Amino acid sequence: MPFKRYVEIGRIALVNYGKDYGKLVVIVDVIDQNRALVDSPDMVRGQMNFKRLTLTDLKIDIKRVPNKKTLVAALEAADIKNKWDNSSWGRKLIVQKKRASLNDFDRFKIMLAKIKKAGVVRQELAKLKKETTA
Amino acid sequence: MAPKQKTPHGSRNPDLIRGIGKFSRSKMYHKRGLWAIKAKNGGVFPRHDKKPAEAPAAVKPPKFYPADDVKKPLVNKRKAKPTKLRVSITPGTVLIILAGRFKGKRVVFLKQLTSGLLLVTGPFKINGVPLRRVNQSYVIATSTKVDIADVSVEKFDDKYFSKQVEKKKKKGEGEFFEAEKEEKNQLSQDKKDDQKAVDAALIKTIEAVPDLKSYLGARFSLKAGMKPHELVF
Repeated sequence: MPFKRYVEIGRIALVNYGKDYGKLVVIVDVIDQNRALVDSPDMVRGQMNFKRLTLTDLKIDIKRVPNKKTLVAALEAADIKNKWDNSSWGRKLIVQKKRASLNDFDRFKIMLAKIKKAGVVRQELAKLKKETTA
Repeated sequence: MAPKQKTPHGSRNPDLIRGIGKFSRSKMYHKRGLWAIKAKNGGVFPRHDKKPAEAPAAVKPPKFYPADDVKKPLVNKRKAKPTKLRVSITPGTVLIILAGRFKGKRVVFLKQLTSGLLLVTGPFKINGVPLRRVNQSYVIATSTKVDIADVSVEKFDDKYFSKQVEKKKKKGEGEFFEAEKEEKNQLSQDKKDDQKAVDAALIKTIEAVPDLKSYLGARFSLKAGMKPHELVF
């Protein structure tokens, strides 16, 4: 199986360890075999070990080490934020965050909703069963 | 006119460095006005002779000396500070009781009493918890709040919850047990009325929020996969 996501200038990566855990960053330059120069609209450009990054499918078109303005403009043009939030990976992260922030009352309401939904599904299933046996 | 009470003056001799004042002894003598006090008193510093001490009342020698020296415990003048209420607990907060008869019950917080305990009510109709005192340490505060503005809780204090003192009965053997039992189970009518009064306004505000009534009626429990240190309450 060949690799599909390459470390290249403009590759969007997810930080999976450290102070910036969970952020999306752009690989702006490669320092050596292990480290990349990484930048994002809300952080100071700095180096990160590749082991701290998980590559995504997204990539933007930039030159090596652009200034912040150009980077932000390129990110806007490629609409990375929306593309990420609509991707299945991005949606899963959003759901995880929502679940972690649920109140005790919210969890109760969700339980009631699940029971209701299961009830409706079971009714439909019973109807279908009746039709097939009849 | 009575002489004005002056607040005591601080030091009139500012420190140049710790241990060294700005003014010399003679300057300070002048600044403190000791010359004026002396002048008022005819060249001498006023002196007050000791009052003749009253002869101490004659103490009779005690009739009884204990055989062994008994150590007296040291005097302890510490005062307990009033219990600090957790910031997350405000009037109207829904609390989860963690211990006791009502463990797991979700309950509405009314106010903190002077003893530090929290005054809490079910409401009684919803989950069977009456007006009750609960310790802050045995409670989880959730972030759900109920509006408690139309409930008046002024009349409740720690004395309201003290045990009723029974009049001492003469020991009549046979009837002893039956009579005792009857008295214990009665809750006075005015306590029941207080409960109803507090709950009436509360229940109306609770029913206004969807699902809140069934939420308060249900008990809290940890299910599989719930990590208490990661849960947001």
